Amino acid sequence: MMAAIIALTLLAVVFGLMLGFAAIRFKVEGDPLVDKIDALLPQTQCGQCSYPGCRPYAEAIAKGEADINQCPPGGETTIIALADLLDRDPKPLNPENGTVKPKMVAVIDEQRCIGCTLCIQACPVDAILGAAKHMHTVIESECTGCELCLPPCPVDCIDMVPLGQDILTWKWPYPEEAAPKPAVLEKAS
Amino acid sequence: MSNAGARRLWRFRGGVHPPQHKQVSTTLPVRPAALPARLTLPLHQHIGEPAEPLVKRGQQVLKGQLIARPQGYVSAPVHAPTSGTVVDIGEYPVPHPSGLSAPCIVIEADGEDRWIDHAPVADYQSLSPSELRNVIREAGIVGLGGAGFPTYIKLNPGHRKALDTLILNGVECEPYITCDDMLMRERAGEIAAGIGIVRHALQARQCLVAIEDNKPEAYDAMCRATAHLEDVTVVQVPTLYPAGSEKQLIKVLTGKEVPSDGLALHIGVVCTNVGTAAAVHRAIDRGEPLISRLVTVTGGAIGRPGNLEVLLGTPMEELIHQCAGDSGAIERLVMGGPMMGFALHRFDLPVIKTTNCVLALTAAELPPPRPVMPCIRCGACADVCPVNLLPQQLYWYSKAKDLDRVQEYHLFDCIECGCCSYVCPSNIPLVQYFRYAKGDIWTREREKEKADIARRRHEFRLERLAREKAEREARRNRKKAALQADTARREKQAEIQEAIARTQARRRAAMKAAETQRRKAQQTARGRERPSPAARNAGGEGGNEKSGAPAGMTEDAPQGKDE
Repeated sequence: MMAAIIALTLLAVVFGLMLGFAAIRFKVEGDPLVDKIDALLPQTQCGQCSYPGCRPYAEAIAKGEADINQCPPGGETTIIALADLLDRDPKPLNPENGTVKPKMVAVIDEQRCIGCTLCIQACPVDAILGAAKHMHTVIESECTGCELCLPPCPVDCIDMVPLGQDILTWKWPYPEEAAPKPAVLEKAS
Repeated sequence: MSNAGARRLWRFRGGVHPPQHKQVSTTLPVRPAALPARLTLPLHQHIGEPAEPLVKRGQQVLKGQLIARPQGYVSAPVHAPTSGTVVDIGEYPVPHPSGLSAPCIVIEADGEDRWIDHAPVADYQSLSPSELRNVIREAGIVGLGGAGFPTYIKLNPGHRKALDTLILNGVECEPYITCDDMLMRERAGEIAAGIGIVRHALQARQCLVAIEDNKPEAYDAMCRATAHLEDVTVVQVPTLYPAGSEKQLIKVLTGKEVPSDGLALHIGVVCTNVGTAAAVHRAIDRGEPLISRLVTVTGGAIGRPGNLEVLLGTPMEELIHQCAGDSGAIERLVMGGPMMGFALHRFDLPVIKTTNCVLALTAAELPPPRPVMPCIRCGACADVCPVNLLPQQLYWYSKAKDLDRVQEYHLFDCIECGCCSYVCPSNIPLVQYFRYAKGDIWTREREKEKADIARRRHEFRLERLAREKAEREARRNRKKAALQADTARREKQAEIQEAIARTQARRRAAMKAAETQRRKAQQTARGRERPSPAARNAGGEGGNEKSGAPAGMTEDAPQGKDE
C-alpha cells in the first residue's frame, strides 16, 4: 500500500518536472495557427471579409470571431483548405461578403489619369507606380485585383479587366462543366 | 556486331490492345507535301520557354535561317522552313487543346526554296560531347515523338561521364500513327547515322532500338542499317499500348523501373525517338536545322492516307487536301493519336515540331456517345494502369477537388495514356479528371506563389508606412526640442542684456556722481582763486577726455557678451 503511494507520487513528481521543463524549453513564440491560416488566404488584402487585410482576418478566425466563409477572392478552394486545417465542415461562401469573381487586374486609363496619387496610397501591395502630377500605371504582375484603388480615384479612370488566358496558363476544364471535346468543329473556310 | 537474336524482355503491368488502324497509312511511300503559300510558325513548339523572334515584318528570310532564338535553358530556336518574306509577327491560332492563339511568325513563301549557307560538321567525332550538344541546340531539335522536350538537354548525361544504355524508341504504340514506322522503313540509314552521333554525345555503352512486333518491315530495315554498328541491338517488343511510353519501354527492355520522382538518366538510360535521331543526323551531317518532319495524315475522312514530309508551319488543311481528304466528312480533327491526342478547334492550324499525326475522324469512327454512369468500383482501370496507380481513387478525389489527397495517390505519375478511360465500363472520362486536377494543382501553386509575393509586398508596405510615421514623429520631436532650446537661449540672452544694461546704468550713474563732485570741487576752487580764461578752457578739455572713457567701456561690453 505504502510502496504504491510512494511509487505513484514519485512518478507524478518526475512527469510533472518533465512537463514543466518542456513547457519552458519548447515554448512557441507567437501564434502558429494564425500563420497557418494566413498562408491559406489569397493575400489580396481587399477587406471584403470586413477585416482590414488578410492577417487580421486570420487572427479573427484563430480567435473564433470570424467564420471561414468570408473570403470571396479565395472562393471554394480557400474555404475547403481552411475547413481542412481547422477540422470544421466546409460551408458555402457568405454572400454578405461578396461573390466569387474571375481573376481581375486594375488598369489605369492613362489619358484620364490626373496624377493625384490617391490610388497609390490605397494600394495595399504597392502595385501602382507614379508620382504627383505624373501619369500612374499598374504593375500587372503585382496587382491582386482587390479593387481598393477604385473608390479613391476622383476621375474614375481605373477599370478592372479580367486576366487574359494564354496557352501557358490555360488548364483543362472540370469534365462536367464543359464537353471534353468540341462536338462540331468550326468549319474553316 | 548487331544482333537481332532472342533477348530477355520484361513486361510492364497493365496496358491495352486498342484496334491498330495502321495498315491504311503504310501502303504509300513517304511523299513530300507541296510548298504552302504561307507558313505560320508558333514561337512555342516545344516544352519550356517560348523562343524570341529575331526578324522584323517585311524582312526577307532564307530556308534554314534562324528566325527566333531560344530564351533560357529549356527552350529551342525556330528556323525558316523555306525562303520568303516575314509578313507578320503576332497572335495566331496554334494547335493546342485550349484552341487559344499564341505568338507566331508568318512567312509568305517566294517559291524559290533557297537555302541559307550551311555546312555539315566535318567530323563529329572530333567534337566534344558539349560542342556536339550545342550544334544540336542551335539546330532547334526537340523530341519528335510528341512531347517536344529540347533534345540537347536530354543528351546531357550530367555529372556521369558515360551512360549505360541509349534506347531508340521506334515502338509507336498509338493506333493510326505510322510516321516512325515509315521513317524506319525508308530512311533507316539516316537513323543509323543519328545513332552514332547521339551515342557520341552521351558516350553510351550500348544502344537498343525498340520496335513493336507489328512492324516487321521496319524491323528488317533497321537490322540491315545497323548491322555494321557495334553494340547496337534491334529489339522487337510485344505490341501492347503504351509500350512506347519512356518509362514503360525502359521496363520492357531492361527490367529497371524509373523512380517516381526521378529521370531515366538516374538509372543510366536515355530514351529518344527514332525521328529525333534522324533529325540529329541531318543537323550534323548536312547542317540542316529542324524545319520539316514526317506527319501521318490518316483517318476515315482521308481518301489517300499516308505519310508526308511536311515543312513546319504548313496548314493542316492543305495536308488533308493533298491526301484527298473530305473536310465535310470530318467530325473530329485530332493532333496525335486517338488515345493521347487532342481535338483541334479548326482546320487551318499549322504543323509544329510535335505534330506526328493529323487524324481526321468521321462520325462513324467515333465511339457512339454513351452516357457517363456512376463508378461501380470494378477495378478495371487499376488492372490496366501501366504505372500502378489507382485510377478510381484518383477519380474520387479529382471529382471532389481534393487536391491534396489526389497527390497522395501520386497523380503526377499518371502519364495520361488513357487506358483507364478506354476500359471503363461506366464511360467515365477518367483522364479528363486527371488532366483537370493536374492543371488545378499547377494553378494553385502559381496562385500560392503570387499570394506569397503579395503578402511580402503588403508586409513591406505596412513596415514602410510605420517607419515613415516614426520618422515624421522623430522629425517633429527634434523640431520641437530645437524650438525650446532656442527660446531658452533667447531668454538667457535677454537676461545678459539686462545685466549689461544694469551695469552700464550703474556705471553711468557713478560717473555722473563723480562729475558733479568734480564740478563742485572746481567751483569751490574757482571761488577761491579766479582762474584765467585759458585755464578754464583746459579744464573743459579735461572734462571731454573723461567723458570719452565710459564710451570706450560701452564698446567693450558687447565684446564681452559675445565671448
